[in-house]
Amino acid sequence: MEIFEWLNNQLLKMEWLFYLVRVLVEDVFGLSMATATGASVHFFIYDVIKIFILLAVLIFSVSWIQSYFPPERTRKILGTMTGFKANLTGALMGTITPFCSCSSIPLFIGFTSSGLPLGVTFSFLISSPLVDLASVILLASIFNWSTAIAYVVVGIVLAVIGGTIISRANMTAYVESFVLHNPVLDIPQAELSRKDRFDYAVAQVVDIFLRVWLYVLIGVGIGAVIHNWLPESWITMVLGQDNWWSVFVATLMGVPMYADIFGTLPIAEALVGKGVGLGTALAFMMSVTALSLPSLIMLKKVIKAPLLLLFLGIVVFGIIAIGFIFNAFAYLFI
Amino acid sequence: MNIKILGSGCKKCKTLTENTQSALAHLGLEADIVKVTDFAEIAAHGVMSTPALAIDEKVVSVGKVLSSSEIEKFLQ
Repeated sequence: MEIFEWLNNQLLKMEWLFYLVRVLVEDVFGLSMATATGASVHFFIYDVIKIFILLAVLIFSVSWIQSYFPPERTRKILGTMTGFKANLTGALMGTITPFCSCSSIPLFIGFTSSGLPLGVTFSFLISSPLVDLASVILLASIFNWSTAIAYVVVGIVLAVIGGTIISRANMTAYVESFVLHNPVLDIPQAELSRKDRFDYAVAQVVDIFLRVWLYVLIGVGIGAVIHNWLPESWITMVLGQDNWWSVFVATLMGVPMYADIFGTLPIAEALVGKGVGLGTALAFMMSVTALSLPSLIMLKKVIKAPLLLLFLGIVVFGIIAIGFIFNAFAYLFI
Repeated sequence: MNIKILGSGCKKCKTLTENTQSALAHLGLEADIVKVTDFAEIAAHGVMSTPALAIDEKVVSVGKVLSSSEIEKFLQ
């Protein structure tokens, strides 16, 4: 077990990097880690490098797995299932799909036109931005493994329950009609060679890096400010454990914001460091990544208001519930 | 001949367009290349993963930036 712990600390938490950056800050910049300036410079450099390294490694691996599950294949697999099993598989397949919410609309149309039940598609749509393999490893790196695993489990549960409610609600009438009648394309997919998968994974890393690097810098910047400059009393006044409404504030603040999970994690990390409940921080993170104005506006083009509101309601309610659960049981995880 | 590049205008679609142009030039063919960016229209072709390539209204490839030699095979 000691070997495992050592690997965990060095590879995942990157303690070696922590010390290297400390040497840089103290000996090269001549800043003391005890001062707010020194500590925030350290937080910024260490977190940015750590997230970029993890991002490259993780996206490469996830993309490799993903290359085995193009949307056409996912749709075929889901088409063979019904009921709870279909919702669960939809939620699980959502964890290995592209990270970008921009690809979710064509997927939604393609799934729905082929006759997949709306609920299954929504299970997929809820879990896709919320839980992905990369975010799990990042959570394990920043918090710990039990938090990461609990996060995945509740994310999948939320996606399954959300999809099931949408199935039961008979919402097909609220899907824009052009979505329902499209040809289902079935062209033979060329078998990918190992080199194809490698090229695809590298291209994904570059693509996602270019798209998120700014969010990461901003997120870590905000994290560094929270971590070292904002008085703890200010933060706990709004988001502290004593306020039962802190989860609501965190969730609602996060809805209109849009950022990648890579940019949001350092903020959650800094918040937890300042005494904010784990559930509150996770609720903020989930609502930033799962819901955003741009993606809601896109969804509005394919579904009508009642279905959109139901979807929004389920996700917001689910995130708030998860926040409360994690706050109540945080002592089990940290 | 009529060629459509389906995709939301990302960098991959641009590369696919350039590769198509060079494939056409290499074969000495002439064709209209139309970029389709409206997702309703993309969906109307049955496409879920972009970029996709359609030749004379028939989708030949989805979710992949084809190299110009791969495109030449479809054009012949």
